[in-house]
Amino acid sequence: MSNGKQQLIVIGNGMVGYKFCEKFISRNLNDRYELTVFGEEPWVAYDRVHLSEYFTTPKVEHLEMAPRTWYEENGINLITSSPVTELNTFTKTLKTYKGEEYDYDQLVLATGSSAFVPPIDGVQKDGIFVYRTIEDLDQIIAYSKKSKSGAVIGGGLLGLEAAKALMDLNLEAHVVEFAPRLMPRQLDERGAEFLKDKIEDLGVKIHLSKNTKQFTGSPAVNRMDFTDGSQLEVDMVVISAGIRPRDELAKSAAIATGSRGGIIVDDKMATSAEHVYAIGECALHENMIYGLVAPGYEMADVVLDQLAGGEKEFTPYDMSTKLKLIGVDVASFGDPFGEKEAYKSVVYENGSSGVYKRINISKDGKRLLGGILVGEADDYNMLLQMTLNEMKIPAEPESLIVKTSGSEATGNGIAALPDTAMICSCENVSKADICNAVKDGKQELSELKACTKAGTGCGGCLPMVKDLMTHTMSEMGITVKKTICEHFDYSRQELYDIIKIREYKTFTETIGAVGTGCGCEICKPAVGSILASLWNDLVLKEDTILDTNDRFLANIQRGGTYSVVPRVAGGEITPDKLIVLGEVAKKYNLYCKITGGQRIDLLGATLNDLPKIWEELIDAGFESGQAYGKSVRTVKSCVGSTWCRYGVQDSVTMAIQIEERYKGLRSPHKLKFAVSGCTRECAEAQSKDVGVIATDKGWALYVCGNGGTKPQHAVLIATDIDDETLIKYIDRLLSFYIKTADPLTRTATWLNKLDGGIEYLKEVIIEDSLGICSELEAHMQHHVDTFICEWKDAVEDPQKREKFSHFINSEENDPTLEFVDLRGQRFPKPW
Amino acid sequence: MKTMTSETETIITWIEAAPVDKFSIEGGACIKHNDEQIAIFNFTSRGEWYATQNLCPHKKEMALSRGMIGDKAGEPKVVCPFHKKQFSLKSGECMDDSKCDHIKTYPVKVENGMVFVGVPA
Repeated sequence: MSNGKQQLIVIGNGMVGYKFCEKFISRNLNDRYELTVFGEEPWVAYDRVHLSEYFTTPKVEHLEMAPRTWYEENGINLITSSPVTELNTFTKTLKTYKGEEYDYDQLVLATGSSAFVPPIDGVQKDGIFVYRTIEDLDQIIAYSKKSKSGAVIGGGLLGLEAAKALMDLNLEAHVVEFAPRLMPRQLDERGAEFLKDKIEDLGVKIHLSKNTKQFTGSPAVNRMDFTDGSQLEVDMVVISAGIRPRDELAKSAAIATGSRGGIIVDDKMATSAEHVYAIGECALHENMIYGLVAPGYEMADVVLDQLAGGEKEFTPYDMSTKLKLIGVDVASFGDPFGEKEAYKSVVYENGSSGVYKRINISKDGKRLLGGILVGEADDYNMLLQMTLNEMKIPAEPESLIVKTSGSEATGNGIAALPDTAMICSCENVSKADICNAVKDGKQELSELKACTKAGTGCGGCLPMVKDLMTHTMSEMGITVKKTICEHFDYSRQELYDIIKIREYKTFTETIGAVGTGCGCEICKPAVGSILASLWNDLVLKEDTILDTNDRFLANIQRGGTYSVVPRVAGGEITPDKLIVLGEVAKKYNLYCKITGGQRIDLLGATLNDLPKIWEELIDAGFESGQAYGKSVRTVKSCVGSTWCRYGVQDSVTMAIQIEERYKGLRSPHKLKFAVSGCTRECAEAQSKDVGVIATDKGWALYVCGNGGTKPQHAVLIATDIDDETLIKYIDRLLSFYIKTADPLTRTATWLNKLDGGIEYLKEVIIEDSLGICSELEAHMQHHVDTFICEWKDAVEDPQKREKFSHFINSEENDPTLEFVDLRGQRFPKPW
Repeated sequence: MKTMTSETETIITWIEAAPVDKFSIEGGACIKHNDEQIAIFNFTSRGEWYATQNLCPHKKEMALSRGMIGDKAGEPKVVCPFHKKQFSLKSGECMDDSKCDHIKTYPVKVENGMVFVGVPA
């Protein structure tokens, strides 16, 4: 070669082909090799893992691994739309379909795989697609416009992704799976059942144990016939029944391939032909095709190491995986089925929340072998690390998958991880890599990601990367300061104290005195919430620092309409008031739904109608329910001793008393309460921020529970207390929480992070160990004394009322609002 | 009124939006111009005005005028109230998601207490 460099050619510009280029540059191999890459598709390498995002944003650039200019800037010759059709490993030449010839010194086959299309009768009919490339997706999108329903053949990872895509295209989606369960390669029977229930709840119809005999219809498919005699009428079909390695070029060059496909490689990724390597989904290593990107990336690294003169070898790769399928967390790690050695399993099932967890433990109970998580996979990273590093597990292994109230998350175990623990498997980043980068000064997550590349692939390891960063920093003696955002160098608690002591009354005043810049969507509502908590001023005084729900005193919904939820204290409502709600809903064509907090949600109100609706509701004696605010929501109650033969206290009266007392209270996050009239707990008080349960002698007080993403039971702090003591404790608890919690932190998380935990909390609010209880009570009394209904104020103030208008130069409503009818009511048109 | 702006050499028409006092301090409002919806922002703390399309390209919601404004390292931005996508008020670029489309921006001027927005003629 004239420039003295060897010619290195890569055939294939998929994700692994691209990663090869990236690692080629980072290893500075461009001094020794001239790199040429052939791509068959017209585009540059794109992210196939996130292919389904193409349905929501149909632009190829969004999925590109790197823009075309990146290849140019790094001196890589990228030749797209150029399938290589001939290869001669003796003359070391190859030919593209255009007949152009190229010589190579070293060749890497990264030809990937294609979708496997089973030989079913009628498979060539119109309306049957595979799910693999951007061209496939374009065709699916175009065809979906004239279709109402679609079926996916294949209930594996990719098939479920494809089903989601069909849903996104507004089709009735079906999944047809040959096996008796979904994701048969990752999940056991029970786990698959949980996944099926969750996915069916989302509207996808699942058909298991179905073998498709033929497609009927002419020229386009209209029905699938199964071997069991059943049928399914559909307008289109997407086949996702597995992959086939693209080994045809290798075969034509007499390179050894497996009997079921795949280019045979050794531990150095070398094929049977000299100077030819194979990587990614086309490579067959120890009889295994790896259909994930992480092992493909590792293979690319192995080849580059050879080219650089190294000795790196590829070892069988861990196939653990965690992903969100149609919004459901699913993970499978280590040996999920316990096939490799004798094991004992621990299983946790929660039918009501749809969570299934299974772990397999070695016979001696010392090691974790693998497991399956469906519905909640927060602990995946930690469990995977324990498996891979053969870490010692607790004597009660169930604690690994079942959380007890107030206990710390497994995240704490990061300190115990060995330095070699692989934290980011996409990019092969170890614990030591991350900790060293932090020690080198990469103490912002964005910097740490850019430096180590951890978390830049699937992103699943990011929570752990963040924990490691914080942990390393605190080990280094750096206080990890929880400043609100770039505009304030204070935590929320510090800012709360500053605003209180200096008596700032507005955001403008606060940022001018103790902040920098103009503020943002994080500090504005945080300060807004502090101001409202401290002074109980009307939130609309400075409307533009509030999140949209607080600014328009209603919850924004899809399409840009709002919902109206008047307060129904304790869930008790008179027939007359019910009639008013019905009449108002009818007049303004609002969709009605009963909420989980025992009140009535009226949805679909336009911005322009909101003040008119509230005027009518206020006239009938309603008040704002603050459903839009980070504030007290509802106090749920059962009927208690007034009606119920089991009731021991009047729970409704207590619920109303509590709701009237705390209504309108602004806090770091929403607050939900409940009062139950007896120990049967029909009001579900133990899942609330404040839960009260009647006893024979008074009340039991439970605090800091929540439902939501991560349910946590409330903790009992006092029992058999009288009405007065109960209110006193709740006053203190809420004031202390408002004073000390981080923004957008619910009471449960606040308690989990509180140094000293529940015992400390009891000392402060029951024993008054800090001597602040009178101050806490006074704060609450000020709130109670100064309550004003925000909506009453807004409709009566012409200036505030004027803001409830979509346009400022027209009385018109938003003309782009569109509704559809469903079960006799109207809904916003889907996205 | 048509103006030739020196920078871009494109001809724009100035549309009368609304009087200054109709706008919230440090906030946005939406105007209707033919079939178009334009969000105008009164960035009081910077003494600046900005205008963008009202449609958030993320989930196609007509909502940017109801978004919160602020700055990121000095760059003025608006944050969509739906899913908190952030857009530069200067360039229209999405600041937290390189995969999200940009939004259109328009010039704004204030004359005699009236706010005007410049649209392509």
